[in-house]
Amino acid sequence: MWHRIWHLLVKEFLTLFKDKRSRFVVIAPPLVQLLVFGYAATFDIDRVPYAVYDEDRGRWSQAVLARLRGSPVFEEAAHLDHDAQIAPVLDRRQVLFVIHFGSRFSERLARGRQAPVQVILDGRNSNTALIVLGYLRTVLADFTVEHLHIVPPGRPVIRAWFNENLQSRWFIVPGIVALLTLVVTMVTTALTVAREREQGTFDQLLVTPITPFEILVGKTIPPFVIGLAEGSLILAVAVYWFGVPFRGSLTLFYAGMGLYLLAAIGVGLMISSLSVTQQQGLMGAFLFVVPAVILSGFATPIENMPETVQRITYLNPMRYFLVIVRTTFLADPPFALLWPQFWPMAIIAAVTMATAAWLFRHRLY
Amino acid sequence: MNRRITALVRKEFIQVIRDPSSIAIAFVLPVILLLLFGYGVSLDAKRVPLALVAERPDPAAQSFLSGFYRSPYFVPVPVERMADAERLLEAGAVKGIVHLRADFGRRLLGGGEAPIQLIVDGIDANTARLVQGYVTDVWLTWLQRRADAERLPAAIPIPLESRIWYNAEVESRNFLVPGLIAVIMTLIGALLTALVIAREWERGTMEALMSTPVTMGEILLGKIVTYFLLGTGGLLLSVAMALWLFDVPLRGSFWLLWLGASLFLLTALGMGLLISTVTRNQFVAGQIAIIVTFLPAFILSGFIFEIRSMPTAIQWLTHLVPARYFVAFLQTVFLAGDIGAVIWPNLAALAVMAALFLGRTWQISRKRLE
Amino acid sequence: MPSPRPEAAVRIEALTKTFPPAVTALDDFAAAVRPGAITGLIGPDGAGKTTLMRLIAGLLTPDRGRITVFGTEVAEDPAWIQARLGYMPQRFGLYEDLTVQENLDLYADLQGLAPQQRAERYAPLLAMSGLAPFTGRLAGRLSGGMKQKLGLACVLVGQPRLLLLDEPTVGVDPLSRRDLWRILDDQVRKHGLTVLMATAYLDEAERCREVILIHRGRRLGQTSPSRFLEPMRGRVYYIRTPPAVRRRLLRELLRDPDILDAVVQSDGVRVVTRHPRPPSVTDPGALPEAVEPRLEDAFVARLRAEAETLSMPEVRLSRRPRSGEREPVIVVRGLKRRFGDFYAVKGVSFTVRRGEVFGLLGANGAGKTTTFRMLCGLLPVTEGEATVAGADLRRAPAEARARLGYMAQKFSLYGHLSVQENLTCFAGLYGLRGERKRTRVAWALQTFELAPFRRQRALDLPLGHKQRLAMACALLHEPPILFLDEPTSGVDPLARREFWYLINGLAEQGVTVLVTTHFMEEAEYCDRLVILQAGEVLVEGSPEEIRRRTGAPSLEQAFIHLLESQR
Repeated sequence: MWHRIWHLLVKEFLTLFKDKRSRFVVIAPPLVQLLVFGYAATFDIDRVPYAVYDEDRGRWSQAVLARLRGSPVFEEAAHLDHDAQIAPVLDRRQVLFVIHFGSRFSERLARGRQAPVQVILDGRNSNTALIVLGYLRTVLADFTVEHLHIVPPGRPVIRAWFNENLQSRWFIVPGIVALLTLVVTMVTTALTVAREREQGTFDQLLVTPITPFEILVGKTIPPFVIGLAEGSLILAVAVYWFGVPFRGSLTLFYAGMGLYLLAAIGVGLMISSLSVTQQQGLMGAFLFVVPAVILSGFATPIENMPETVQRITYLNPMRYFLVIVRTTFLADPPFALLWPQFWPMAIIAAVTMATAAWLFRHRLY
Repeated sequence: MNRRITALVRKEFIQVIRDPSSIAIAFVLPVILLLLFGYGVSLDAKRVPLALVAERPDPAAQSFLSGFYRSPYFVPVPVERMADAERLLEAGAVKGIVHLRADFGRRLLGGGEAPIQLIVDGIDANTARLVQGYVTDVWLTWLQRRADAERLPAAIPIPLESRIWYNAEVESRNFLVPGLIAVIMTLIGALLTALVIAREWERGTMEALMSTPVTMGEILLGKIVTYFLLGTGGLLLSVAMALWLFDVPLRGSFWLLWLGASLFLLTALGMGLLISTVTRNQFVAGQIAIIVTFLPAFILSGFIFEIRSMPTAIQWLTHLVPARYFVAFLQTVFLAGDIGAVIWPNLAALAVMAALFLGRTWQISRKRLE
Repeated sequence: MPSPRPEAAVRIEALTKTFPPAVTALDDFAAAVRPGAITGLIGPDGAGKTTLMRLIAGLLTPDRGRITVFGTEVAEDPAWIQARLGYMPQRFGLYEDLTVQENLDLYADLQGLAPQQRAERYAPLLAMSGLAPFTGRLAGRLSGGMKQKLGLACVLVGQPRLLLLDEPTVGVDPLSRRDLWRILDDQVRKHGLTVLMATAYLDEAERCREVILIHRGRRLGQTSPSRFLEPMRGRVYYIRTPPAVRRRLLRELLRDPDILDAVVQSDGVRVVTRHPRPPSVTDPGALPEAVEPRLEDAFVARLRAEAETLSMPEVRLSRRPRSGEREPVIVVRGLKRRFGDFYAVKGVSFTVRRGEVFGLLGANGAGKTTTFRMLCGLLPVTEGEATVAGADLRRAPAEARARLGYMAQKFSLYGHLSVQENLTCFAGLYGLRGERKRTRVAWALQTFELAPFRRQRALDLPLGHKQRLAMACALLHEPPILFLDEPTSGVDPLARREFWYLINGLAEQGVTVLVTTHFMEEAEYCDRLVILQAGEVLVEGSPEEIRRRTGAPSLEQAFIHLLESQR
């Protein structure tokens, strides 16, 4: 049996790497995506342009503004002199917010009265708006303590665990490990059976003494090896290039990756065994990958999704592996904590692989 | 239009309708995406599970913590001991812990500083930051109420009064759904077009077409007209779902929206045609279309990720992505209105790109098999 | 029709076309195509036929030389030519997800046929092609023969003056072929159509007014078929033999250096000699009688004169199947297969005995391939029984499959793997290991003369060599049973001879062979055969019995006769 599987494996690897096209698919897109995602996918805000509309021009408004200017997050882009100028700068997206001090701002403060500051934000990107608002609050709170020497009773002391500076790159880059291994394994597996069916070699294979189990093993190992290699490469780039710390156990990481790859390969092989042509295989993979990524928690938290949608995500292997990757990167969780992420992937792998193997000999024309 | 072009367009439509994978790209995937982004996906942290640990639940602690029960953003999880709360945080069951020490109430009454410890799960940095903001909100509200009730001097000398324009409800759906139109039109305009033309080469129908009196311009025009109409269908579907299903406002004019979408469609079609003309192979065309059109429309267009936050080199790169101009246009027309200063430069960029891609395709398309 | 009428419809002068890096498809080629007649373009695979067609259609630009069509130079004004041209490529571009009618309408529109003319133009084309009842059917659902006829109809709707056909009858059953020819003859007669047709079927070429013989991009000759035959006079003989010794006689003849060609024909063997004298035969009972030469004789003789050697693979099985008793090996009883509500095979029964060459024949869509796939275990059986060596291959343990060799209809090996890698892979999959694997791969490389190509990708092999490689892979494990699905489809006559030489050698050693084919002349090689029609067995027996039963001189005519009587 292992003898036949060996020959199948040699053949699978040769077809993967001798064909210029499949070599391209395995190597080029993941690298491009890694760089683009690593750099472009960020929720951090940086150099946010704002306009100042200061009717006060007093001591305190200047002090607040000096504070803003000192922050790397904000960048002063315009000065306004009257109300009518507010709409145009926001409309044109010249600035993200306008900070407005009323004419009696300093006077009120000096008298010990509340002196509100108005902020008008461009809410087109609601996420950015909310985060900017959060920053502004912190700036004002710090200002109150440091300049007015008013310490409010009971004051939150905030600490972030795992990602002390809350850099979204530490969140996104480990996620790319899960994303790209999924894409690579899906593309390589979704085409294998379909390509052989289209070219007639699958028939040729089915008339040899090889069993469905042997085909399954032969078709699983190559994408598994490629996924593992690709995953390790991305791991290395994440740690050494993007500087994301890896604090957990490599054993747990690789155990999770192994199960994840099996689950992804299982889904890919199932799609492939159902497809008659390579085009259908590719479309099937695309139709699986796009929703799977969106519903994985890669960019947007699963907790924010409605209940029914959350239930659908239980079928998605990427959802589980993302948790494993992110926690093994940034925290150092014991196995018991991650166990709930492991067994669902094992079930998905078992079910999809069994279905694919059954389809080898039963979806025939 | 002459009869040959009409015939080609008719043929193309029949093929789209009868080919399951075309239907998948042109109709099924857009609807799935719209539903996912309309209902499923949201960047706004709502109902965040938050552990509340009050080492001594005296009235002071109770009054502070009650704010979390009133907030729409949190699902409070009362926990007695800090160690348990930490375990919950490690397991990802809560996204943060609010911890009040046993002396919180005493120190508060004593007028001293009573620290409130907040620990957030920083793995999802974005959610963590939003949680910080919401907790600060709860705290400020509590301070204000306390000051009002006890007629204390202003606890917060500089309150922040914020007004959020264009998207007062601060719903991420309101900017995700319009941006999604760019992704959907990229799917139809670039990916589907690239695939169907490559398919003609693969199946040998292109050779048969070329030996008839049809000119190359007519073949190209036949494709453009078909997928332009199909893309317009996708636009109408997306706009209808956005307006009536997801209640996204359309503050600008529909006709302007249509004009922008048409220009973008032409650009996408240009890219699709160019890719398939160069590759003549469905597999390669599909791969390239995904990498150079679909992914950039998702990642580099400002659809989800703010372009201003990207490194300068990547920001520069986004100028080559047509979807970037279209997303900026869409978010403005939907949420802000007909603002010429945003609209015209973006439309001009789209027009230039459409001309470039279509022109190049026209230039390299010869009625030859070589 | 312009007047004065040019003497040649297509004139080709000093035409050279190369494909970088190193392929010279056409080399200083010259020819003229006579107007208002059918001209045949014949030559082995890779001779440059398709390139020539594409150049005439203006789809390629020549490196040197010129082509004029009706007095206009193609390179100058391809659009003018294309407005007067009908071109049917080898894989005709039918839109498979359009119906027959939609395809016709599309091409009518593209060729600018006015709506009012359509009805009168469609009617005869639909009637003659037999497509009239199927206008609402998707083109992709038509059988191979129907597709070709539809392709021809699409090309003809625009009423072209010049028709270019690239192997229009490959994979098409005799009945559909006859329909195609009827349409062509009709168009030539009624509308003065000029036809240039590339073909691998020499009996078809024989019906052409003129034949152009092309080989390695050069013209070997152009003349009427009868003139081609002249040098063959006195060199073609027919030896009547009883079926039992025919196979041995054939092999003996083919090994004789004085003999250029030998094929089975009806009740004997047809021989072409190098010199005008009868072949010498060891069997005293066999008497060569001189017969009229055919174009195929001339073609093979001509190509062999170009130093084309036939590769006659000698296969010596190291493990011969038990011979002696002729017990049933393949048993098919009441076999049925349903697709949706349509029965592709409805109750087929036959038995193949050990050491027989058994033919499965029938028109396109008659159920040959479906039956074949059920036997190999590649398709579930709806009803009935199909066993090979006593086992149902879909349920039998894997080892049962080690007893059979399989060669699919289209090339289906791993194209990106080299010849050697393919052989090693299949040897391994069939469970050969160690020394035996090495010797068998070496045997295959040597026997099928593949050694010079061992490092080449299978994809890049010429068609004939691909076929050899496929056969080699099927024989690596020395199976006692061979399944061959249209093994010679699209292959030129020389390669077909090599192929049947091999099959005969195997059958002599007791291998059971089940083969499907469209070529009725090849069916003559079978010991017994069934002809399927609409999923049922129309007739079963030896070629002699079937010919006798219908009173037809050849199997092809017998087949057409039988099918016609069914209509």
